[in-house]
Amino acid sequence: MTPALIVHRAGPGVTVQDLGRPGYLAYGLSRGGAADRLALAEGAALLCQDCSFAALEMAGLGGEFEATADMRIALTGAPMTASIDGVRIAWNASHLLSAGQRLSIGAAERGIYGYLHLDGGVAVAERLGARSAHLAAGLGAAVHVGMRLPAGADTQPSAAGMTLDADPRFEGGTVRVVPSLQTDFFEPSEIARFEADVFCRDSRGNRMGVRLLPGGDGYRNEAGLSVISEVIVPGDIQITGDGTPFVLLSECQTIGGYPRIGSVLPADLPRVAQAPAGAQLQFRFVTLEEAVNVERQEQTRRQSLRQSLRPLIRDPHRMGDLLSYQLISGATAGDDLERPAP
Amino acid sequence: MTSPCATSSGKSPDRTVFPHIRTIGTDGLLVSFADALSEPANRAALAFRAAIEAADLPGLLETSASLVSAYLRFDISVSDHGAVSSALETLLRRQNWLAAPLPGGRRRWSIPTVYGTELAPQLEEAAAVAGLTPEEAIASISNARVRVQTIGFAPGMPYLGELPPEWAIPRQTQLTGRVPVGGLCVAIRQLVLFPVDTPTGWRHIGQTAFSLFRPDDAAPFALRPGDEARFVPVTAEALANMRSVPDGGATFEVLR
Repeated sequence: MTPALIVHRAGPGVTVQDLGRPGYLAYGLSRGGAADRLALAEGAALLCQDCSFAALEMAGLGGEFEATADMRIALTGAPMTASIDGVRIAWNASHLLSAGQRLSIGAAERGIYGYLHLDGGVAVAERLGARSAHLAAGLGAAVHVGMRLPAGADTQPSAAGMTLDADPRFEGGTVRVVPSLQTDFFEPSEIARFEADVFCRDSRGNRMGVRLLPGGDGYRNEAGLSVISEVIVPGDIQITGDGTPFVLLSECQTIGGYPRIGSVLPADLPRVAQAPAGAQLQFRFVTLEEAVNVERQEQTRRQSLRQSLRPLIRDPHRMGDLLSYQLISGATAGDDLERPAP
Repeated sequence: MTSPCATSSGKSPDRTVFPHIRTIGTDGLLVSFADALSEPANRAALAFRAAIEAADLPGLLETSASLVSAYLRFDISVSDHGAVSSALETLLRRQNWLAAPLPGGRRRWSIPTVYGTELAPQLEEAAAVAGLTPEEAIASISNARVRVQTIGFAPGMPYLGELPPEWAIPRQTQLTGRVPVGGLCVAIRQLVLFPVDTPTGWRHIGQTAFSLFRPDDAAPFALRPGDEARFVPVTAEALANMRSVPDGGATFEVLR
């Protein structure tokens, strides 16, 4: 029988996510996919597998899972408390989950979206060419108690017990934007104010987008609400009727009529998606040329993440957070590094 | 701050001159044929999108057409904005896109619709805003032969037009809390038909049993840009019976 993960408990925002389903934009279906695509790349690196494999995305809260067969797992994205059979395990790391063991994942300590990756990916059936749930479109459903999530074939077995330094992105910060369709509908003084403003991530936000509260007045523009509805891409910053910015994320609508003051670089979008309510965000315009260079470098960096893997060594001098290490026993047999690859 | 309108030549296009090419996001380009909806600009957008698809551009990832523009996204590790813009400019020069014909294989749909009643409670209100009696409003909408101008916002969701001038009514400032799947709504000389339950600023004047998005079908999206539609009045009882038949009783003929 295919190895699987049995769901014993799941937070309300747990869904299967991959890189989404391109190709249906002309039919009103946005690409969707993981809110934090970098986390997919990090998980793929930790398990030495393809970054197109699906993972479980956990918004704010994880769940409890049982393996039906020995399998490697990896945890990335927003750090959450995690344990295997009661023993705390490290985030941003791969682990061995043995048959019958319970993996318990709690609330996010920072950020919003945590990810649980499996050997061979979460192999639920594809719909329209992808495994991602797209709840706004009515595709797929949230993961719930009693589900049995099949794992794909472990194509490149490799050691568990590896870790990776996560790119910090879980507490807001500065994100880079490029000008967008209606940027020049805003007076230069409004653009300058936008760049100087410190925005607070509102509690209203989901996989479609997040609302940001300006430090001062809302943003005005000459076009008002009269611009014709136009194509929307993830990262676009809409200025809604009351002057409040709304940053669109992976599950956004495909066209919209609110003017857009700019568009967040894909490389920086995880920082917006992962900013918890109350976190501060700032925007900085860069040229299109700079944005393209940033994106090319980021693509290369994500493809080479595997080279940054290191073992979860139990050297006390390098253990900044003792509690996050498996000091006594736990998920791995401890000899993973000595064992030849099967 | 750079211009949002950077093109291959690095110059900002004059917004009043059409067509023009603008960047959208970090990896997209948008070719716009007008800044307000018009029949020729809509045809140009549909035809130009088809031309992009056929042009075999290196690194092309995805295309779509909005009401008046064609969009493309490309792989920036394979190509760059300059090269893609040049290719688009060459395509633009090839013909007068505003005179392009509508897409081939278009269909003319008849979609059974209940106007008003508790199924579509804003018919009277919308008619009043348009300066019509409810009967006149039903006659006006149901006799209008509208066309799918774009599909967007939600999966399979058509924007249809253009309705007669009296329907140039604004959207509501307050949202209607929930319009059910298959709801027909009106504003700004357009109709929209919802594939999912949704709150909206458009007024709910009709109800259909038409399923626009069925992801597990061989043809997941019922309508295509360019298709024509008529919303044929039926009784609530007739519509209830149509809920169990394919396409909620909607039928089509292929236009030649």
